[in-house]
Amino acid sequence: MAAIILFARGLTKHYDGIKAVENVDFDLTAGQIHALIGPNGAGKTTFVSLLSGRITPSAGTIQFDGADITRLPAHSRVARGIAYTFQITSIYANLPVFDNVALAIQRKGSKHLKTDTMAALARVGLDKMADQTAGTLAYGHQRLLEIAMGLSMNPKLLILDEPTQGLANSEIEAFKALIRAVTPQTTVLLIEHNMDVVMDLADQITVLNFGEKLATGTPAEIRANKAVQTAYLGG
Amino acid sequence: MTRALALHLGVIAALFAAQYLLPSYHQTNIARIMVLAVFAMGYNIAFGYTGLLSLGHALFFAAGLYATGLGIELAGLSAAPALLLGLIAGGAIAAATGVLALRTSGVSFMIVTLMFAQTGYLTILYFGTYTRGDEGIVINRAARAIGSLDLSADTPRYFAALTLFAIALLINLMLTRSRLGRSMIAMRENEQRSRMLGYNPFRVKLIALVISGLYAGAAGAAYGVLFGYVGASFATIQYSILPLLYVLLGGAGTTLGPFLGALIMFYLIDISSGYTTAHLFVVGAALLVLVLFAPKGILGTLRERAVKWLP
Ligand SMILES: Nc1ncnc2c1ncn2[C@@H]1O[C@H](COP(=O)(O)OP(=O)(O)O)[C@@H](O)[C@H]1O
Ligand SMILES: [Mg+2]
Repeated sequence: MAAIILFARGLTKHYDGIKAVENVDFDLTAGQIHALIGPNGAGKTTFVSLLSGRITPSAGTIQFDGADITRLPAHSRVARGIAYTFQITSIYANLPVFDNVALAIQRKGSKHLKTDTMAALARVGLDKMADQTAGTLAYGHQRLLEIAMGLSMNPKLLILDEPTQGLANSEIEAFKALIRAVTPQTTVLLIEHNMDVVMDLADQITVLNFGEKLATGTPAEIRANKAVQTAYLGG
Repeated sequence: MTRALALHLGVIAALFAAQYLLPSYHQTNIARIMVLAVFAMGYNIAFGYTGLLSLGHALFFAAGLYATGLGIELAGLSAAPALLLGLIAGGAIAAATGVLALRTSGVSFMIVTLMFAQTGYLTILYFGTYTRGDEGIVINRAARAIGSLDLSADTPRYFAALTLFAIALLINLMLTRSRLGRSMIAMRENEQRSRMLGYNPFRVKLIALVISGLYAGAAGAAYGVLFGYVGASFATIQYSILPLLYVLLGGAGTTLGPFLGALIMFYLIDISSGYTTAHLFVVGAALLVLVLFAPKGILGTLRERAVKWLP
């Protein structure tokens, strides 16, 4: 059994009355691709936001890489190796594509900012658009830019919130190859609606429903799980 | 050499040449404008690049002005160390202000910085025994010199102002090209995103504000020595608004905008006050035209429409 890189115990987030995330225990195995699925409003975005530090939990603890990070601000968690890409594309729309990725790379203290940035852009096929203003890119390209920003931080854990939303089929294939290539050096936590992508990529799947953890297991186990079938996979 | 560097060196060279072409009256004006432009450049680093809309920059200018003025008049310093003291005072007061004010953002930040500056102004009045309050201090002429260079005389004063301006401008240009500059712009553009890239927004903004304060402090210090007067009016809200107007007019987030804004605004007031006592009306009208037709300021609009490489 490989090492656990991150775990959460009793993780809870309430928004005055709404139990967005309720008492979730969660283990993430280093080097794996772990998918998080569940219907809209199940609490997936809230859950990963708690892990990344974008929001603070109402209760519970989070350990990452051997240290308690529950109280750490988001930027310190990033410094420890957690990268997060937003569900709603959050790029620097007014800045050139180059600067978007350079901002991620210079944070790591790169000595060859220009070459490294161009290489990171080439990985997602955006190198030809380096000088273009990011906000003028097609939607799919903006998603790829968002992913490139996450990848170029060279994180230990990469959290992706619905990365394939708005991507064309060919782009989804490229995305899958990209994610496979970064593991096992990088652990990936992936929120994804596209079941083909999930079944293709994931080593482990966790299902959330109404803020609670419904099940965790391999793709085969999840597919066979009765509770998951009724709640989510539609029987 | 890049086009941008060539342009900036060209502006500095033109100002150097202007010294030999301009009559004495305009020489003094341009010297004053260059010092005020350094103040505005500092303001632009906070506002234009980092997105910090401060209404308290008069405090940092006044910190430099008074540290230098009182250093000379009370502590008997000579001009050079007094100028250095003014520079440091601007940075230090900005750091102290930032540590508290940067806990807020947006409108609250405007109000908190305004309150800080107001407190500074009242402090100057309160210690009237030393500062002579509204009346202010005239710095004795003998002290306004570096070595044998008499900075109260037209030509040395012009070159002193130009030297400060040139250093400030070139550092500003370097900053915009640097990693720090990029992370400052990132704060302005998308703070949330920046945090998720591992930047501590508080830290980046504090650094920007301190650099901004160093600029304002240097400008205040130079103003005192070059023009020989230190008064509480420089700590009023008017001197917090002034750099904002210069920057808006010239172009926020452009390196040459603060100078261009200061130049135009200064002469707009100078010329219009020859015809009418309502020169503030002229300023208002100019700003109205600006907001309607070029909300990004002159150089900001130029960059958008034509000269994309303008830093
Ligand atoms: N900032 C917020 N304030 C109030 N309610 C929220 C907030 N964010 C999320 N919620 C609620 O929490 C629940 C989970 O939302 P979310 O985590 O976005 O779900 P998912 O990503 O699985 O679609 C939803 O009912 C949503 O309305
Ligand atoms: Mg979501």
